[in-house]
Amino acid sequence: MIDWEPLILTFKLAFITTILLLLLSIPLGFWLAHTKSKLKPIFETFVSMPLVLPPTVIGFYLLIAFSPSNSFGSWLNDWLGLRLVFSFEGLLIASIIYSLPFMVHPIQAGFSNLPGSLKDMSYVLGKSKTTTLFKVLLPNIKSSLLTGIVLAFAHTVGEFGVVLMIGGNIPGKTKVASIAIYDEVESLNYDAANTYSLILFALTFSILLAVYLINGGYLKKQKND
Amino acid sequence: MIEIAIQKILTSALGEMSLDINTTIEKGNLVTIYGKSGAGKTTILRILAGLLSPDKGEIKVNGITWLNTINGINLKPQKRKIGFVFQDYALFPNMNVKENLLFALNKGQDTKIVNHLIEIIELGELQNRKPETLSGGQKQRVALARALVQKPSILMLDEPLSALDSEIRFKLQQYILTVHKEYKLTTLLISHDISEILRMSDKVLELDNGKIIRQGTPNEVFNYKELNAKFQFTGTIIDIVKQDFIFILTIRIGKDLVKVVADESEGEQLLIGDKILVSSKAFNPVINKIG
Repeated sequence: MIDWEPLILTFKLAFITTILLLLLSIPLGFWLAHTKSKLKPIFETFVSMPLVLPPTVIGFYLLIAFSPSNSFGSWLNDWLGLRLVFSFEGLLIASIIYSLPFMVHPIQAGFSNLPGSLKDMSYVLGKSKTTTLFKVLLPNIKSSLLTGIVLAFAHTVGEFGVVLMIGGNIPGKTKVASIAIYDEVESLNYDAANTYSLILFALTFSILLAVYLINGGYLKKQKND
Repeated sequence: MIEIAIQKILTSALGEMSLDINTTIEKGNLVTIYGKSGAGKTTILRILAGLLSPDKGEIKVNGITWLNTINGINLKPQKRKIGFVFQDYALFPNMNVKENLLFALNKGQDTKIVNHLIEIIELGELQNRKPETLSGGQKQRVALARALVQKPSILMLDEPLSALDSEIRFKLQQYILTVHKEYKLTTLLISHDISEILRMSDKVLELDNGKIIRQGTPNEVFNYKELNAKFQFTGTIIDIVKQDFIFILTIRIGKDLVKVVADESEGEQLLIGDKILVSSKAFNPVINKIG
């Protein structure tokens, strides 16, 4: 039997990452969709960087930054008691950066595609910005939110390079499923590697299929027939 | 009473244009803003609603300052209490018709008004439908009802009827007139349609290139002073045929083609494509009710 811990750790990491990313990406996506600031291209570039940058590059710089032998790393260690290198918290921060574009892009596109008149009308009707966001804007970009959530989750499940660089391979702390697969292959344990791989394959397939079914309205149509 | 004196430089596809408006609108009037597209009509309504800020100027409504660029006063749209019907209606797609109206209620406001509006604007059968399933005219009625939920004293309509066919249009004009009177509104309407303006408005502001070029009653503005006992239509000449010493003109008036006779002296001055005014006095027309 395989060790379930890497799989549980993977999903715990993906779950927390997705929730934090959602909270971060709604305001960020809203700002990017509506700002006229000249700094917008710079922010957009930073958000998109993880799409093209090798994960090892992100991992390497985070490793350097978080290392207790550095000023930032030692400040985190001394003042907040946070050790971000080779720890779950470190993985979490790295995952948030790594999966940021997958959450921000759909949400930003969702906000941009909504007619501006909806927001204006809500204001004219005397509604505050918060009410407008929660009652008018977010309910009308549900499919973008779902896409963002799923892509960010799936992408975090699939990360390897960043985890290896900053998390290493500590069982129960940083040894996620993708690392476990690599580990098993290294020790020629193909059966275990295959089991991990099959589980990840099946889960990712079902999650993405569910999104396409829901966003494509296939489930709704069947109900009506 | 609305006193408005604003200036704003607008950049459009055609280059820069300076919007410079200075006028007063009497309480309880129905005022139409008329003019070519790009003349700045929508911008005026958006500035009044607080969705857009002018470069400088002042807006006072019933003695209360809404905007004064010198003192830095600029009330938020939320505080202005205006009923606004946008050109695209802006119904919230996630809510059904009734929810759209309920959303517009102020905190703690009695929901009775919603039912009353559903009744007078005849939305009863539509209340549980989502906006995407409604026709243009139905959407327009919902948007009109929603704009009135908070009992605003000012109602603004941005070309609400332009996308509708003539029968529905006529009915909606009636709805607008009904609520205008029932709620004692000051109403500002953007329209391109002269017959609509003549039927509905107390006053017309004609806008061109960001400036008011004419204002007054519709009859004054459109020069229809001698309207009594007289029919007149504007049309375009499609064809001119000379027969002996008369001319037969084919004229397009709206969607109809009409043939009329012109004498030699009139006919010789006319060319195909000319815009003309056809009028007739002192005759007894046949009237049939069709709707």
